Amino acid sequence: MAKHETPLLDELESGPWPSFVSDVKREAQFRKENPRNINFQIPADAPDDLLGVLELSYKHGRTHWKHGGIVGVFGYGGGVIGRYCDQPEMFPGVAHFHTMRVNQPGGKFYTTEYLRQLCDIWQMRGSGLTNMHGSTGDIILLGTQTDQLEEIFYELSHNMNQDLGGSGSNLRTPSDCVGQARCEYACYDTQALCFQLTQDYQDELHRPAFPYKFKFKFDGCPNCCVASIARSDMSFIGTWRDDIRIDQKAVAGYVGGEFKPNAGAHSGRDWGKFNIVAEVVDRCPTKCMRFEGGKLEINNKECTRCMHCINVMPRALRIGEDRGLSILVGAKAPIVDGAQMSSLLVPFLPVEEPYDELKAVIEAVWDWWMEEGKNRERLGELIKRQGFQKLLEATNIAPSPVHVKEPRSNPYIFWKAEEVEGGFDRDITEFRKHHLR
Amino acid sequence: MDEAAAKKVIVETLQGKKGKSKFYLKDFYAMVPDGKPREVKNLVNKMVEEGILEYWSSGSTTLIGLKGVGKQAGAEHED
Repeated sequence: MAKHETPLLDELESGPWPSFVSDVKREAQFRKENPRNINFQIPADAPDDLLGVLELSYKHGRTHWKHGGIVGVFGYGGGVIGRYCDQPEMFPGVAHFHTMRVNQPGGKFYTTEYLRQLCDIWQMRGSGLTNMHGSTGDIILLGTQTDQLEEIFYELSHNMNQDLGGSGSNLRTPSDCVGQARCEYACYDTQALCFQLTQDYQDELHRPAFPYKFKFKFDGCPNCCVASIARSDMSFIGTWRDDIRIDQKAVAGYVGGEFKPNAGAHSGRDWGKFNIVAEVVDRCPTKCMRFEGGKLEINNKECTRCMHCINVMPRALRIGEDRGLSILVGAKAPIVDGAQMSSLLVPFLPVEEPYDELKAVIEAVWDWWMEEGKNRERLGELIKRQGFQKLLEATNIAPSPVHVKEPRSNPYIFWKAEEVEGGFDRDITEFRKHHLR
Repeated sequence: MDEAAAKKVIVETLQGKKGKSKFYLKDFYAMVPDGKPREVKNLVNKMVEEGILEYWSSGSTTLIGLKGVGKQAGAEHED
């Protein structure tokens, strides 16, 4: 028998999709039965009370959580988010229900032992409820009490060699794709770069440094598996400068049906015979491909690295060999000014340790944003407010045509008088000789 | 302004504020006008470590105020 009646939440279990309500109920039941005799350090009925307070919020149409808090672990200004319920007598199990953010392992590679250790800590010292890699990317432990924070941090850091992530006006937990560990498309070692920058920017990660949140994400190729282009203030996306490598024999293999397109990923139905022209050549956004006489040709100068052809025929087409990354800036999910994708700042940088060139760009961007950004203004909003040209000046990067997304509609770059021979003043007498008033 | 003077200015400015008890990091830049943002940030974080200031976080934004001052500090220390 559940502690609280939850008719409204029960509706959320009626659809065909998995429901978080079922998950919370399962954990509530587990804690009630406690088959492993866990010595719960916060009320065992926290998940029950969580369902209760959520049901009440649905009934009232407003939240019963208070906003924010001063809690944290010593020396850190991020990684813990205070949460309190405004009905503590009705729901004592969630009177304090703080969130902890854990810096996920690079590429989200874990061992089962790691996950078991993490869950053991959290079942004993927290609610047992987690949110693994939601939109923020990191591991989120939902719901514990103030006196458990230091205990959890000690166990994470000493027993699991695991740090907390970022929250608040900090650098947020850097996030990367699996990269070269498992993916042949990766143009650089995302995990090495993510790890090194996490180490180098520990202060920014653990203590507030900025006008608002700041996110790094590292994608090994333009497939953007961690969606850096849509979700991070600074996206590091792998790319190449030379040509896509073509294996014409393998192209013939795809055309002849020897290899399954997309490595068989869409094999749930019969799509008919593979048609290279319809499925690859005609789908090229810049129309830079041609298939004639059994030979595939690519005009690489026109290629925008959309990855479609490589994804469809991975045996036949491979990323180039002169590899590095592009830096894009300013993406964000809707906050003040609506969703925004990143804009290209640095078209190509070789990725070489100790990453000094790359860090110089990061730090110049930070200096500008710390100086000019308003409170709660994301980098993308500052770029929009002051103009991309200001960012180029701050980072000392020369404007180039690749900075222009759509000619004439948003050129960003404007000439200044000192950059134009003779300035903007003209000899009006000379002008009038040729142009009547 | 040396570090001790900057700390004194910050504490006195915060003590003189009526109504608000928590401030954005950027508000501290104005209190130490001759310091670079990064220097002021480092100083503020040091003052938190020393127990003079404290962070308040909504999860998305961090505010900073004098330790123990404000409604939230009282509420959170009730138990």
